[in-house]
Amino acid sequence: MATYSTNEFRGGLKLMIDGDPCSIIENEFVKPGKGQAFCRVKLRNLKSGKVYERTYKSGESVEAADVMDTEMQFLYSDGDQWHFMEPSSFEQFAVSEAAMADTAKWLKGQETCLVTLWNGVPLSVAAPNFVELTVTDTDPGVRGDTSGGGGKPATLETGAVVRVPLFVDIGELLKIDTRTGEYVSRVKN
Amino acid sequence: MDDSWRPTASLENIRLRAALLAKSRQFFAARGVLEVETPLLSVAAASDPCLQSFSTCYNGPNLPPDTTLFLQTSPEAAMKRLLAAGSGSIYQLCKAFRDGESGARHNPEFTMLEWYRIGFDYFALMDEVEALVQLLLGIDQQFERSSYRAIFEHHLGLDPHHASLEALWQCAEAAGISGGLTKGALERDGWLDLLMSHLIEPQLGAYAPVFIYDYPASQAALATIRPGEEPLAERFELYVTGVELANGYHELCDADELQRRYERDRLLRLANGEAVPSCNRRLQAALEAGLPASSGVALGFDRLVMLAARADAIDEVVVFPVARA
Repeated sequence: MATYSTNEFRGGLKLMIDGDPCSIIENEFVKPGKGQAFCRVKLRNLKSGKVYERTYKSGESVEAADVMDTEMQFLYSDGDQWHFMEPSSFEQFAVSEAAMADTAKWLKGQETCLVTLWNGVPLSVAAPNFVELTVTDTDPGVRGDTSGGGGKPATLETGAVVRVPLFVDIGELLKIDTRTGEYVSRVKN
Repeated sequence: MDDSWRPTASLENIRLRAALLAKSRQFFAARGVLEVETPLLSVAAASDPCLQSFSTCYNGPNLPPDTTLFLQTSPEAAMKRLLAAGSGSIYQLCKAFRDGESGARHNPEFTMLEWYRIGFDYFALMDEVEALVQLLLGIDQQFERSSYRAIFEHHLGLDPHHASLEALWQCAEAAGISGGLTKGALERDGWLDLLMSHLIEPQLGAYAPVFIYDYPASQAALATIRPGEEPLAERFELYVTGVELANGYHELCDADELQRRYERDRLLRLANGEAVPSCNRRLQAALEAGLPASSGVALGFDRLVMLAARADAIDEVVVFPVARA
């Protein structure tokens, strides 16, 4: 059983807590000048998404979670599951709707995503930081308006809705930051 | 590009530190307290159960080959040797070193302002700490004072001197801070430290800085223990906006009691599987020769600069913290 000492704790480290894989969000070293040292960690349960805090005695060891982030190509969705392929082994993985969460709305196919595997089973999927998607529906564009103020909703080819500047028209290709869900720029064809 | 060669502190904070150092020296000069320098390296290491010393090795004249020397965790022992030799009231601004301590408020190498006042009791020393911190942080408010017992009763409804280990553990459980710790993971003092650092400390000194005083005898370190129905350590700590800033004692002068405290530390360290330093014989001899009645205090200078700069992390006031050292 692999373990990590509290001295190795840092953001992103994966631990097993009460039988569930968790990721460290924040790690705080707390020590009274003349007293016991503690590590106070904020963790995200990778299965439930719940966030909670734990305190350890400094220097203690905690079981590591066999969690791996692997780059995979998105192949297709059959409506029930999303299918990905690990490009070097060609091994395919099916991801449930729950594990896809919000990521699904940014994917149309071929994207390289970061798939988090726990004991070989996909736990979550992160979309590429930036995707390029075509506008399928929005109010008519207002020419000459480059202020960017105000804005309007636009529906993209994957069904995602984002806020865009007034000058954007149907059929235009847009660059979107999937981490914030915000419009970045137009992409010239 | 790798920019780890750059300081993490802003030039503004580097200048602020210099100004605070200068003001501190003026403060003590005006009060006739002598500035001293003592060695950072010593053949003796602190025996406090929760402190880990760095060690290094000396090869050269005047000591046997491969002599282990320890970097001080505080200048306490050396300064007490000066007091016993008749130095009068003294202060020092120096580096102290503690292995394993790194975080938002800790760097394994840090600056300490430590001073000793002959003839002061610990309340008189609190007055002086208050005057210095008011000056350095530009605070007009009067500081508050509360006993360790009163602060536990106020925040947690617990008497820290009588509550059972079970009650302390339950209090931590109820507050949701014991996750990761089993009941047997900590001794009584460990649970008190957990409650203090997680539940009380963040709220201390939010309105005005506050001195906490009269600690459990088991947390006396080198403070005098006042006998009574409930023996209490004549020790105080200063908290400013949730930051532990200074720790002071009405100093223990009894050489026999020093020996007993060392023995207790030694057993605790053995039980915790920590390295056990030998007894500091020169400190022992100094107390036998006679330490004048005095009170002393150590103030974390980096934390003081943090407070003055309104910084959230020590890295903002230390030019090259350990990750960039």
